[in-house]
Amino acid sequence: MAVEQEIVLTVRNLSKLYGPGCPDCLSLTGPEAGTNICPRCHTIVACNGVSFELESGEILGIVGESGSGKSTLVRCLYFDEDATSGECCFSAFGDGRANAFAQTSQARRYIRNHLLGIVYQNPLMGIKPHFTAGGNVAEKLLTADVYNVSAIRQRAAALLERTEVPLARMDDFPAHFSGGMQQRVQIAKALANNPPVLLLDEVTTGLDVSVQARVLDLIKEIQQDLGIAMLVVSHDLGVIRILADRTAVMQHGQVLEFGLTDQILEDPQHRYTQLLVHSTL
Amino acid sequence: MTDRREILAVRQLSKRFTLHILDGKMITGCEDVSFSLGEGEFLGITGPSGAGKSTVIKCIYRTYLSSTGSVLYTSGDGSRVDLALAPERQVIRLRRQEIGYVSQFLKVMPRVPAVDVLAGELRQKGWEIEQARQRAREYLEMMSINHKLWDAYPSTFSGGEQQRINLARALISGPRLLLLDEPTASLDIETKQIVVCVLREMKEGGASIIGIFHDLDVMERLVDRAFNMKEGSEALQPTRMERDAL
Repeated sequence: MAVEQEIVLTVRNLSKLYGPGCPDCLSLTGPEAGTNICPRCHTIVACNGVSFELESGEILGIVGESGSGKSTLVRCLYFDEDATSGECCFSAFGDGRANAFAQTSQARRYIRNHLLGIVYQNPLMGIKPHFTAGGNVAEKLLTADVYNVSAIRQRAAALLERTEVPLARMDDFPAHFSGGMQQRVQIAKALANNPPVLLLDEVTTGLDVSVQARVLDLIKEIQQDLGIAMLVVSHDLGVIRILADRTAVMQHGQVLEFGLTDQILEDPQHRYTQLLVHSTL
Repeated sequence: MTDRREILAVRQLSKRFTLHILDGKMITGCEDVSFSLGEGEFLGITGPSGAGKSTVIKCIYRTYLSSTGSVLYTSGDGSRVDLALAPERQVIRLRRQEIGYVSQFLKVMPRVPAVDVLAGELRQKGWEIEQARQRAREYLEMMSINHKLWDAYPSTFSGGEQQRINLARALISGPRLLLLDEPTASLDIETKQIVVCVLREMKEGGASIIGIFHDLDVMERLVDRAFNMKEGSEALQPTRMERDAL
């Protein structure tokens, strides 16, 4: 027990504001206030002081209704959006204490290309429909500084096989794939650089049930085989129950409670979580 | 008892649920429960429905957050952990490595074959897949699960088969502390016999076990000691039981 697992990602006080912002934005919004819109300056506070640690190999679930800030959180971590304030440290970057948000765009690109993978709800946000399936994976490998063509081709084939995309379709365009298969290409692409941290944003939403189950199987398998730490964002408690070891519940931009996933589901502490759990089970 | 090293000490454990949906109504799960468990001991818990037996077990496993009191667990490396307060990641590690829990109902990932449900437990401990599957097959055999079902999904199994999968899943990783919530409910006599044998083997292997039982016959064949939880769950009355000769 004395052996501590490595913390691969530490996020401290991450906030993201859309609007002019005023000194009272953070204190006047959140679950207590019952809103994420600052009454003084009408700024939208999408994330309000979010902190957590991610351990190597663990899956952290983030649940919450639409507008709770969970997707914004993921986008800030992938640098799709600029966090307004807060810190984010990767153990594999700098000495593990450098704030990724404060880095140059070049350094952030390095983090994104080498240390992160992302799977969006909409596969077409993560992959280019008019690049071949193999080409999409290759693109991510190129950004991660793999330039040897045969190595790229081999790795792409292995990843697509891993995510159950038939190799015969490797040179076809995802534009012609089903939603479930597009999602698997996106997962293959996200894994290409073998990232220590994988961000998954509502990855099964919009897929039909049988396809959902296959994608969930795949994610669980990948976690077991590769030991990648994952942040799984979902509004679906069923997905969280199956995948996540620990879960954070978000509302109005803040984390209401953290807990073991089974504890959050069976003994929720906060009024909102109780409502959430009792409405879905 | 006194010569045994203590593996678990539950001290003045209470659990109250605050139901915000019912305007903050408080419901007591258990009140002021204290007991300890020696290494290698099998402790039985009996009592009527609603007495708080499952609540106690769930507080130990941390599925419930205890309201007051402590759950002191002595880990394999000798360190002492209060499971009621330990950081979540530490609890997760203990669950993977040392503490097993068997609920009344099987909850598994859909579309995962029985053999992989069991192998998955070992995979979490870092086993190679084929090794893990091999061990999983041994456990399915031990639990007398029909060979034809090994590659089928447990959700399609009968109640008794599911319960054995549930038990096998907790046993396969060789927990030091095993928590059982009615492991023999709804089993036929033959299957009960299998489960009793397997649990005895676990105990002989050195595991410490706490089990909730309705079936007093089965309990008497297994436990060293039992206590009865009373309705309202405030009273605990340890009653020593003679250990079965076998």
